[in-house]
Amino acid sequence: MRIELQDIHKYYGPVRANNGISLTVAPGEIHGILGENGAGKSTLMKILTGFIHATQGSILINASPVKFQNPAQSSQLGIGMLYQDPLDFPLMTVLDNFMLGLTDGLSVETDQFRDKLKELATSFGFQINPDIPVQRLTIGERQQLEIVRLLVLGIEVLVLDEPTTGISEVQKRLLFQALKKLAADGKSVILVSHKLEDVETLCDRVTVLRYGAVTGAMESPFDTEELLKMMFGAPPAQPLRKAAQLGASVLEMKQVYASGGRAGLEDCNLTFREGEMIGLAGLEGSGQGVFLRVASGVQKPSLGEITLRGSRIKGGDYSAFKYAGTAFLPASRLEEGLIPGLTMTEHYALQNKNSKFLIPWTQAYQQAKERIKLFRIKGKPQTFAHALSGGNQQRLLLSFLPDKPKLLLLENPTRGLDLESAHWVWQRLCNYADQKVCIVFASSELDEILMVADRILVFFDGRIIKDVKSDETDADELGRAIAGKSD
Amino acid sequence: MQLNKSLQSGFTLLLNGVLTLIVMFCFTTLILLVAGAPPLAAYYHIFKGSLGSWITFGHVIKTWIPLTLCSAGLIYTFRIGLWNIGVEGQIMMGAVFSTALLRWGADWNQPFGVIGLAFAAGIAGGAIWAIIAGFLKTKGGVNEIFAGLGLNFVAQGFILWLIFGPWRRPGVASMSGTEPFPYQLWLSTWPGLRIAPAGLALAIGAVLLTALILKYTRVGLNLKAIGNNAQAARLFGLNPQRNMILAMLLAGGLAGLAGNIQVTGVYHRLLPAISSNYGYLALMVVMLSNYNIWAAPLVALFFACLNVGSIQLPMVLRLDSSLSGVIQGSLVLATLAVQAWRVKRNK
Amino acid sequence: MISDLNLTILFASVIAGAAPVVLAAIGETITEKAGIINLSLDGTILLSAMTAFAVAFETDSLMLGFGAAGIVGACVAGIVALFSIYLGQSQVAVGFVLTLMCRDLAYFLGNPYSRLQGPQASPLPLPFLKEIPFFGSVFCNHNLPVYLSLVLIFISWMYIYRTSYGLKLRSVGENPAASYVRGINPRKIQLAYTLCGGFLVGISGAVFSLAIKPGWGRPQGCEGVGWIALALVIFGGWHPVRAAAGAYFFSFLQVIGIYGQSWLPSVPAQVFQVAPFPLMIFTLALMHLAQKETVLSWTEEKAWIRTLIRMFSGTAPQSLGKPYQTD
Repeated sequence: MRIELQDIHKYYGPVRANNGISLTVAPGEIHGILGENGAGKSTLMKILTGFIHATQGSILINASPVKFQNPAQSSQLGIGMLYQDPLDFPLMTVLDNFMLGLTDGLSVETDQFRDKLKELATSFGFQINPDIPVQRLTIGERQQLEIVRLLVLGIEVLVLDEPTTGISEVQKRLLFQALKKLAADGKSVILVSHKLEDVETLCDRVTVLRYGAVTGAMESPFDTEELLKMMFGAPPAQPLRKAAQLGASVLEMKQVYASGGRAGLEDCNLTFREGEMIGLAGLEGSGQGVFLRVASGVQKPSLGEITLRGSRIKGGDYSAFKYAGTAFLPASRLEEGLIPGLTMTEHYALQNKNSKFLIPWTQAYQQAKERIKLFRIKGKPQTFAHALSGGNQQRLLLSFLPDKPKLLLLENPTRGLDLESAHWVWQRLCNYADQKVCIVFASSELDEILMVADRILVFFDGRIIKDVKSDETDADELGRAIAGKSD
Repeated sequence: MQLNKSLQSGFTLLLNGVLTLIVMFCFTTLILLVAGAPPLAAYYHIFKGSLGSWITFGHVIKTWIPLTLCSAGLIYTFRIGLWNIGVEGQIMMGAVFSTALLRWGADWNQPFGVIGLAFAAGIAGGAIWAIIAGFLKTKGGVNEIFAGLGLNFVAQGFILWLIFGPWRRPGVASMSGTEPFPYQLWLSTWPGLRIAPAGLALAIGAVLLTALILKYTRVGLNLKAIGNNAQAARLFGLNPQRNMILAMLLAGGLAGLAGNIQVTGVYHRLLPAISSNYGYLALMVVMLSNYNIWAAPLVALFFACLNVGSIQLPMVLRLDSSLSGVIQGSLVLATLAVQAWRVKRNK
Repeated sequence: MISDLNLTILFASVIAGAAPVVLAAIGETITEKAGIINLSLDGTILLSAMTAFAVAFETDSLMLGFGAAGIVGACVAGIVALFSIYLGQSQVAVGFVLTLMCRDLAYFLGNPYSRLQGPQASPLPLPFLKEIPFFGSVFCNHNLPVYLSLVLIFISWMYIYRTSYGLKLRSVGENPAASYVRGINPRKIQLAYTLCGGFLVGISGAVFSLAIKPGWGRPQGCEGVGWIALALVIFGGWHPVRAAAGAYFFSFLQVIGIYGQSWLPSVPAQVFQVAPFPLMIFTLALMHLAQKETVLSWTEEKAWIRTLIRMFSGTAPQSLGKPYQTD
């Protein structure tokens, strides 16, 4: 089956997630789609599988245009997708998961399906017990189950979204073998990934996306340097500030492990010092979020030692961390950071703990007014937090930072901000760094990290695979590390 | 511009209210027609039976007092996002504790002291019952609805055991309750109206105090913050579990106070039906008043009128008095429906 | 004293008394399997009990009585479904209001039928089977609704776990977004099974007023059973057979209460009537506590407790109470 995407556009308000993307996938081809976070890969695939509709553009199957109303229709026409977070039913058995959507009617030929599952799984070398609940499978096994199921559905095109994150080396080899077998049988495979290595070992052809548009395409064998350039663009600007004098140790971690996110956090060992500005790079969900939550005491690590300003501290005790001078700003502002339904004044009143019982409303109102002016928040003291725009919510969150913290932990502090606001945020943070505060921030923009940080940690699959001074590295090397190639 | 906007929102509010009332009236009229009763006469008798004379109005106020106390308490638990369905049991335990104290102190010759202590005992009884549900929720992970319900049943069983067991009337034990207290242990009432001014004052006081606590103290702000986003509230240094217990304590205390007034000011003894369903009704009052402390007493007054007015129905029209519950329920449902419909339309 | 206790009669009355509770608990299990909580059971049972009696009284037809009760149950469930699936309101709030309103509606509309002698389901001993000693008298000497409750346990289990319809039903309660991808319309399924569960709850009400506690009055005697059924769904870990087992346990407590009155005359009868309710709900609470880590590690050596806990532990459908929103 031949798939053609022609001039696909997808706009979310002013945001252009896809901006005129065209590509063709031939039968029997393994086609890689490569790009950074936010390059528009997922959006494009959701359009292809009927989950969302394109603002503009058309999809052609074997040269005839199609329009999908929902994902079920696209799989009927032969396009199946393996989602990054498996869309299955964790509490139901493997066999139930396999049969759902394939059978209709009162009776179910359970034995027939059990045989079919076994037969197909064995042909790919998969070993799945059909009678245990799916939640007891690993991510890799859930993928295998999903692939087998899609094949029974009769799909001709298999789309995989970041399939190699969170699975073992053995499972990866099995997966790649299976995909090659499918391609040899004349089915098309689309592999969406940010990992160069995967794409290089598997794909016949690669299309690279950046900022919602195609920046290039290449046939196997690939030129790594060229691919990196397409992915990350030209080398970015040089550092903004000079590295400060480093002081005493602020945060130390020894063999810290934690669960959560897609990859968790594994074997984390590090020391952060006063006056350091540290950028955390890596694809989203590679462990940065878990790291920040463990370092701020919001989440309890499963193993390991944390030392804060010279003394051991019990993980997960947020108030103790706060008392020792840490402050944490989460990325999901309305979910984790701010309280919808409360006004800005009420937020300041919560923040300000000067009085024990009564709330000093006039003081809080004054504070709100001052902070709104100082942080240039567009809103009034009586504006509700959920009514603010994303940028203003971020400014509001920043305005809660204590005056003299020791350790600032920020998750994507400039996400969704316009250039001017982002610049303003960095200026404020740099002021903190000059006062010997240790600042740690996660960002999905490599340019930004290179511009501000003195030291860069790269996360990959829950581990820190690179720890360098920013003046000893460049976008190329970091890009490789983000894509899983550290040497 | 500003005026125009507030006018517009006021108009929408009015329109919603009118729409809700129309839906409610249509439904109850339909029900009355199904029952073969004259709708207008039924409405008229409810009105006359509640606001028709000073005596009936006195009854309305007597119902309003416990309803308002419980509603004020429920505002705390709803603020933090808890369904405190156990108010019913909390009223009962307030009544039980008060009765225990009054029986114990009956021959002290210190009526004021004993009544004062009984108030404290009532509050404690309700609060203890609420805290049990609170701990089952925070420590045991038992859903507060089932914990509260279970405790309601326990309280009901406990009262029955007391009335037919240790506290039974000399001679015949019956559903009519325990032996009445000596007259000096009754809350004094206004002549003619039979309303205890102390109860009225406590209910009004509870509303004012709740409004003040919610507006001016950390307690109110903390409950609201946790109820809206517990995760973010933790980042602001609040402890959700501790605050849940506090909210339960306040709600239970006020419900217990209502139970005390039922005993000391209304029935002067312990009855199996001492809570008169006011706990469940109060949940509806708070829902209908959109969790607003100033609206709650007004809604409670309306509900009290319906309850008292419909007592006439069996005698005059041979209808069951539960019509009031039908009106109240359909009103809350209609409000929810109109609200949701408006939100959907504005999208 | 134990000698008065005839085991055959005891078990037979447990089976009979549990029939409506089984129906209601299985109905609610089906509803909750699809991800919707219908909290209005206590009111629905009363309203449908009244409807069943009134209709059967007027038409002198038991079938019509049962049918009308089922339809009333489905209608109330339909209101819950409408408010939660399509209007996005809290299922708990709507269910709670309906609980109170349906109860009052039942008392109000049922007033003219109070304390009337009406039709009731007559015993229908199964020929031959009832001759089997013990088993026959316990299971095969009842009226039709009781047989229905026994059969339903098996049928509902078959349907939920052994048919493709049941597979779809479970999938919607687990992960509506994933079932949507597989070509299922989650909202339609949720609506259908909320109505279906409500229908069974309605039948349960009819069993009360036409068979177990024939007649209508205020109080009818089935007050509080709806809450028990709701608790049983959790107690049974969202499994119809285990929920039914819980219903028999509850019925057993009730029957024992009747005997208890003669054993302990000092305790007032009313206490025995109320006692099964808190006992049931706190058994549930205990089961819940037992699944906590600390308790589980404490039961490490006590194998039989662990087996008991395992038997009754179950996980709620993952998206229970959260209606599926399309965007």
